[in-house]
Amino acid sequence: MSREVDISGKLDWVSVLLYALMVGLGWLNIFAAVYDETANQSIFDMSLNSGRQLMFIAAAVLIIFAIIIVDMRFYETFAYIFYAIILVALLLIPFIGKEVGGNKSWIGVGSFGVQPSEFAKFITALAVARTIGSVGFRMDSVRNQGILFVLILAPLALIILQKDFGTAIVFLSFLVVFYREGMSPFILIVGISMAALAILTLIVKNQWYLHGIIGVALVLLIIFGKRNFKRIASLTFGALLLILTIESFDYVINNVLPERHKKRLEALVNPNFDPMGINWNVTQSKIAIGSGGFAGKGFLKGTQTKFDFVPEQSTDFIFCTIGEEHGWMGSLVVVALFIVFLQRIVFIAERQKNRFARAYGYSVASIFFFHFAVNIGMTIGLFPVIGIPLPFFSYGGSALWSFTVLLFILLKLDAHRSQVLQRI
Amino acid sequence: MNEGRREIVQVVFGLVGLIFLVRLFFIQVLDSRYAELADGNAILREVEYPFRGLIYDRNNKLIVYNTPEYDIQVVMKEVKNFDSARFCTVFGLTREELRMRFREMKIRKEYSQFKPTRLLNQLSNIDFARIQDYLDEFPGFYAQARTTRAYQSPSLANALGYVSEISKENLARDASGIYRQGDYVGQSGIEAFYEEQLRGKRGVRFKLRNVKGIEKGSFKNGEYDTLSTPGANLYTGIDIDLQQYGEFLMKGKAGSIVAIEPATGEILSLVSGPSYDPALLTGRNYSSNFKLISNDSLKPLFNRPLMAQYRPGSIFKIAQAMTALQEKVITPDTRIKCDRSVINCHGAHTNEDLRGAIANSCNPYFHNVLRRMLNQGVVNDPFGDTRIGLEEWNKHITSFGFGKRLGIDLPNEKDGLIPTPAYYDRAYRNRPWKFSNIYSIAIGEGENLVVPIQMANFAATIANRGFYYTPHLVKAIGEDGKPLPQYSERHYTSIDTSYFIVAVDAMEKVVREGTGQYRAKLADIVVCGKTGTVQNAPPLFDHSVFIAFAPRDNPKIAISVYVEDAGQGARAAASIASLMIEKYLLGGTKRPHIEQYVLNNKFE
Repeated sequence: MSREVDISGKLDWVSVLLYALMVGLGWLNIFAAVYDETANQSIFDMSLNSGRQLMFIAAAVLIIFAIIIVDMRFYETFAYIFYAIILVALLLIPFIGKEVGGNKSWIGVGSFGVQPSEFAKFITALAVARTIGSVGFRMDSVRNQGILFVLILAPLALIILQKDFGTAIVFLSFLVVFYREGMSPFILIVGISMAALAILTLIVKNQWYLHGIIGVALVLLIIFGKRNFKRIASLTFGALLLILTIESFDYVINNVLPERHKKRLEALVNPNFDPMGINWNVTQSKIAIGSGGFAGKGFLKGTQTKFDFVPEQSTDFIFCTIGEEHGWMGSLVVVALFIVFLQRIVFIAERQKNRFARAYGYSVASIFFFHFAVNIGMTIGLFPVIGIPLPFFSYGGSALWSFTVLLFILLKLDAHRSQVLQRI
Repeated sequence: MNEGRREIVQVVFGLVGLIFLVRLFFIQVLDSRYAELADGNAILREVEYPFRGLIYDRNNKLIVYNTPEYDIQVVMKEVKNFDSARFCTVFGLTREELRMRFREMKIRKEYSQFKPTRLLNQLSNIDFARIQDYLDEFPGFYAQARTTRAYQSPSLANALGYVSEISKENLARDASGIYRQGDYVGQSGIEAFYEEQLRGKRGVRFKLRNVKGIEKGSFKNGEYDTLSTPGANLYTGIDIDLQQYGEFLMKGKAGSIVAIEPATGEILSLVSGPSYDPALLTGRNYSSNFKLISNDSLKPLFNRPLMAQYRPGSIFKIAQAMTALQEKVITPDTRIKCDRSVINCHGAHTNEDLRGAIANSCNPYFHNVLRRMLNQGVVNDPFGDTRIGLEEWNKHITSFGFGKRLGIDLPNEKDGLIPTPAYYDRAYRNRPWKFSNIYSIAIGEGENLVVPIQMANFAATIANRGFYYTPHLVKAIGEDGKPLPQYSERHYTSIDTSYFIVAVDAMEKVVREGTGQYRAKLADIVVCGKTGTVQNAPPLFDHSVFIAFAPRDNPKIAISVYVEDAGQGARAAASIASLMIEKYLLGGTKRPHIEQYVLNNKFE
């Protein structure tokens, strides 16, 4: 075991720089989001979100040092143990947690609270990576796939129990990892088709129209094409599956989904639906971003975010402040930062010499991507309002620390990549 | 097996970013709607209505001023927990009315959920004081202060005009872009004619506010704010005391009094009877009152001094005399027999010279004079000769300001009519006509039509011995200002100044010993006047007409009085004119019996 604490030469400074840039910009924007011109405020004011965020950032720096100091094999070795601990924590939350904003996902530590669900993200990533990286793991084995799905569905289900739907569906981002590691794209395709169908079910009020279209398509496909038994059978099976899916979506939407999520889905497909009510957030968010124009209104000059027209303006809707104050140019910078960052992580993941590190790298990329896509998509009306933070930009300690840990474990592994045996 | 998957993942990541940037480009750069919505959200646009200019009389007495009133505006988006029953109680509305108001508001073109839109208008100061404390109970409702017109006295309504909300048609026609729906605009009288000077310039203040509507300071430190500029005050030549006295005398009568200061053309009073109280056409009851007034059978909105076209009657003989002298068809000493077989006459005269003929209003004399004028024997054909004569005659008569509008500073002035050869061609459908067909114009009857302001201007022209300034109400726009340029211009008649002394003598004689001696003669002032009794279709009484100026030398006031259906000019009109002169020159009458005579006599 070669302890090499000084790894500064091997750390991926591109990623560190991007991280620092995003955290810094995030901090400034948090100040802008809560800034009140009439009060004489400082960005360091601890009563403001910006002041507290700075403290969280300081803590994150400590965490980074801790991650780098700890032996690289620690993460792989203890992955399952962490995983077990976090599952227990998630299980306990409904009993010992405190409720914040409709979600009972917090465990109080003094005046600060932490959200175990945030940490479940990187822990699950480690567990998934360890499984994929284990000797003799084959993606085409149903048993192995089963294990992976259990690994991601367990925290997902427990988090849904806390009514934190947004954080729960983040775990679906692991499908990208599975895909990269050899899972048949069929599952992804089916998943995306399901989502499309779900939206169709929402748009088309009477599902019998959809059934009719599927029926017609089936008949046409059978008539025009090879008419062997296998093809007809699989087509018919597929059509039946679709019909069943529509029916079950209909059922889920009307009977299972909480009312607010149902409304958010409804709001997504119909932008004019209830703009003063359920669509208020999206409407105001789009107004804030849209009013930024090309160059924006200028730092601290936004009106929509700081005057509370946009809700949650320093957490989930932080992108509104960027869009409003820095316009399309600012949005371009942020989106570009994320895309470059994501590509860099994929690049890092691909250069790993073992499967564990690569799978973990893809987990990191997928989780960041999912947050990025859903969060910004939500603020510009391309995705339903699902409360998940924009990594590094949104205010909040748990999220920042969780994303920091997520990233820096990868950077730690990457720094030692030449020391591991090739196991790919 | 997994080749290319890395690339697929990377492409998907990049693609999502690209989709976001395209979408962002659409909502941020291409779609300006969001910027407007944001402004509507956070920027409260407060209009500061300018003060409309005040209107003063010639002695700087205030006639028209402004008084605050309040509109209630609502920002629908901000309305929360609206208790309509409570609202109705506070504002004194029925639920049905309230529902109607909301419905009306929502169909208006400028209606927006995010912007203040007017719900109730024109609450008076008193009403507003009552509801002001309750306004806090209704989030989203704001009061917008502006001003409405108020009047010191219920007089001068037709000359002042009124102010009301701009009509949809006028708003559509307004190319200047100055007006917005709901703006007030002068609709008639001085308010309309001097709208541009009176209206001032509106100011706008932009204020920032948060989602709860709490103000967060000015927008960009007031960079875009503009102060309202008050409209110019108007200083009129009206003597409001004289005006009120005139209206007092005209009570119960139809007709007009126009008094002018000859030396300047400033109108001292402009009485139209019957009239109305201008305060009726302000505030919330404007529409209902307007309907009432405009449907009144006595037509109080009809501004008689400018709009009523009458035959002038005998006052016209003075113009005839001037014309004849200028044409040299008579001299002041020409005597003509009062031959009552050609045309009827009155009084006990037989063979007067020009001054006597005017003093006695001798009809045969002026019949003869007009014949001499029209048939001067330029050509042998009596038809052609009359045509040439009439052409000349028309030129002289119209030079006194008859036959076309004078251009007073009020809208809707009428032309009157002084016939031309072309006019008679039309009237006789191109059949021949000559003097014997048209002689009634000799005594101010027939086709002649004049407007009371023209009669007063005529009196002023004689008072000035041959010229006039176009009569006007406003002598100064703004303090120490000037009138409009066209009112500082002298208009000379086509008659030599020397002939006017004859008219002055004759008019003095009318009052001293002629038809005006009983009711127009004043002990201290030499009044020059001329009576007129204009034929009316029986059973209606004749119209009573009098023009005058006083004193004879350096005249201070020229006046015309026209009282409809009141018989001889020597009675109602002469009395009123002389009382007005007394009031203006001496401050009041020393002849209470004449005043009583005017007020109590029914002139039937």
